[in-house]
Amino acid sequence: MRIGVFVCHCGSNIAGTVDCEKVAAAAKDFPDVVYSDDTMYACSEPGQQGIIEAVKEHKLTGVVVASCSPRMHEPTFRRAVERAGLNKYMFEMANIREHVSWVGKDKELNTNKAIDLVMIAAEKLRRDKPLISKKFDINKRVLIIGGGVAGIQAALDCADGGLEVVLVEKTTSIGGKMAKLDKTFPTVDCSSCVLGPKMVDVAQNPNITLHTYSEIEEVGGYVGNFEIKVKKKATFVDWEKCTGCGLCMEKCPSKKSFDYFNEGIGTTTAINIPFPQAIPKKAKIDADFCRKFTKGKCGVCAKICPTKAIDFEMKDEIITENVGAIITATGYDLFDFKKYAEYGAGKYPDVITSMQYERLMSASGPTTGHIKRPSDGKEPKNIVFIQCVGSRDKSVNRPYCSGFCCMYTAKQAILTKDHIPDSQSYVFYMDIRSPGKSYDEFVRRGIEEYGTEYIRGRVAMVYPVGDKLIVRGADTLAGSQVEVEADLVVLAVGAESAVGAPQLAETLRISYDTYGFYMESHPKLKPVETNTAGVYLAGACQGPKDIPASVGQGSAAAAKVLALFSKDQLESDPQTALVNAARCIGCYKCVETCPFGAIKEIEDRFGNAKAEVIETICQGCGLCSVTCPQSAIQLQHFTDNQILSEVKALCPSMMEKS
Amino acid sequence: MLLSNKKEVVSGMNTYKIASVDAAFTAEVEERSGQIMSQCYQCGNCTAGCPYTFAYDIPVNQIMRLIQLGQRDTVLKCRSLWLCATCQSCTTRCPNNIDVAGVMDHLRHMAREQGYATEKNVKIFVDTFLESVEKYGRVFEMGLMTNYVKKTGRFWTDMDLAPKVLPKGKLPFKPHPIQGRGKIAEIFKRFREGQRK
Repeated sequence: MRIGVFVCHCGSNIAGTVDCEKVAAAAKDFPDVVYSDDTMYACSEPGQQGIIEAVKEHKLTGVVVASCSPRMHEPTFRRAVERAGLNKYMFEMANIREHVSWVGKDKELNTNKAIDLVMIAAEKLRRDKPLISKKFDINKRVLIIGGGVAGIQAALDCADGGLEVVLVEKTTSIGGKMAKLDKTFPTVDCSSCVLGPKMVDVAQNPNITLHTYSEIEEVGGYVGNFEIKVKKKATFVDWEKCTGCGLCMEKCPSKKSFDYFNEGIGTTTAINIPFPQAIPKKAKIDADFCRKFTKGKCGVCAKICPTKAIDFEMKDEIITENVGAIITATGYDLFDFKKYAEYGAGKYPDVITSMQYERLMSASGPTTGHIKRPSDGKEPKNIVFIQCVGSRDKSVNRPYCSGFCCMYTAKQAILTKDHIPDSQSYVFYMDIRSPGKSYDEFVRRGIEEYGTEYIRGRVAMVYPVGDKLIVRGADTLAGSQVEVEADLVVLAVGAESAVGAPQLAETLRISYDTYGFYMESHPKLKPVETNTAGVYLAGACQGPKDIPASVGQGSAAAAKVLALFSKDQLESDPQTALVNAARCIGCYKCVETCPFGAIKEIEDRFGNAKAEVIETICQGCGLCSVTCPQSAIQLQHFTDNQILSEVKALCPSMMEKS
Repeated sequence: MLLSNKKEVVSGMNTYKIASVDAAFTAEVEERSGQIMSQCYQCGNCTAGCPYTFAYDIPVNQIMRLIQLGQRDTVLKCRSLWLCATCQSCTTRCPNNIDVAGVMDHLRHMAREQGYATEKNVKIFVDTFLESVEKYGRVFEMGLMTNYVKKTGRFWTDMDLAPKVLPKGKLPFKPHPIQGRGKIAEIFKRFREGQRK
């Protein structure tokens, strides 16, 4: 074998703390290494060309590049090696940036470690075998999880691109958080007026199958061929028959049911359609409040329903959908404001969340758009907004900035003046974060034209005196305490990951951060991809985002899926498990342990039981390989011999002793 | 309506020079208090909840800022340190879990050690209190009062309370030392020895 070693400086990223020339010189002495050199940027065009030319000139049969993480540039170099005429698996990468130069400062120690890593890579390369990818068909359907604005945008774009879309939504209607908003910043256009038509488009698009009040139960398969089990929860109303006429809502005697859509401001009936523009506009029975379920008798809705759609016996149903890609657009939830006891959250009825305030301002809300205090229905005159409730607060484990609260608070203060011209709004803030297009101008307009009083400081406590709430805070700019007599206190609650987000991530086999937000593949260059092939992200499930950003990501994820589906077949990764039939004893421990169902039981021509790997399903995790009592099943490109040779290269003396 | 209890501005804006930043002061406060001063992002919640801001010359959030800026002199000579009641509102409310009241406590220690004791009467009261405890193992109120008045010359301090307190026997004329007061005196002795090291 003729190995070439290329040691990358990565500008000063590696060369700053690693002597790259020395590493390249040391590599010349390794077995089978016939060429070695250092290069300024191995990934650059001239860098790659240098590799290709060296392969041809020195008749190399394998290449080691010592540079950054394989996450970054392994595909780049594999392509370069392929262009040079080699099999792209005759390549190994030594990570001397993330694992060496960025973590250590001592140049001598770093250089020694880099030499060791190059040696390990070369030893592995000596035992590499050319691998050939298999091709497999892809199912050009896409599953979109979450029917908020990001999911809606992704669904419409995919459907416009000719794909069959399955849209799964947890609640009974699509629309998400945006459907609850009254107006949107910075243009103050009506939220349901801009979202409504898109929701209707989803309902009418023949390419989109909509499963609302449904959740993802199980995800099997792999990119190109996922098998999804969707749980359609029982609504107790046959949606084939329900026309959304709303007669049941008029007659339902259980009128004190919790109104989830209106955030508990006001009540609804046990059988209800959440809001007038709901898509699909179908009724659902809330079993927690329905008298038929809680007391055993009632059934008024069943009598009144003109289409006989009510079915109290309805059960949850599991359906299967086969798709080739998944877009996760599960959005966010709001911080539980009750954790701020000092603000009287959950204790005083006139201390409400910003989302409840949206519902109070919305024409489709419980007060038909008239701002009234929840306690006595009076119109508030002094309204205090407190920002950063559940944002930038380590003491409640929410150290991050939710990003959009500054803007929606500015909007709510402006709208308050529109609703009640003789009102005065006060905003307690720490910093105003308004870096979007026309965002800061919007905040300034609130201050200059609408007279919103901004007070720089946090609030320590809120307590009632008579029918007023006293808000005591600090004005750090004036260096004093401040008290405001308020009629209504609105807490600008921050965003947190959606309820159940970590569990769904585990079902989808994607990663999530400490706070439950999903991890993108690269924070800058792969914002809508995940590290699981075929699973994409859109919207606030990845981190708090406002509407324009969520819509942008919805379209971006759709573009990624359309690009993936532009081919009819995908290449499978050949780094899969392979059974050595001569050693296999047919115990099928591997079949039991494989998480992907990639191993099947076969009989050889003598009728002996053997295992066989289905290459296109195998994900190369290696579980089978450690389970096999015979070491008959080996992960190609990571065989036991290769791993042992790496260990032996690193510590030869210890290997001999043991 | 906005009810501001903004006090009279005590002094005009002072220019502090970056060159006067005493990093050793910041480090000393951090080391003694175990708190990380750079974690304070000036939300103002400590001042918002502080019941003594009305009497302070520098609100507590500004004290935190001045520590970050290494302004030893300004911080250690400020009156607020001596007026702090250690009620812990600031510590409870701090979103960054900084023990603000603890920092104030350490600043008081530093102020004493480094010869700043702006509120002389508070210092005298505290010292007299401790003298009494050292002597009797508990406070002898009458003695404390007499000594305090003697040292400060504030003859009429709390005199109005006497008619209410005396008949109830709350202010005995003779000390009631505890058993084992020698042990309490030992504590003081150990403290002084520790200080000398």
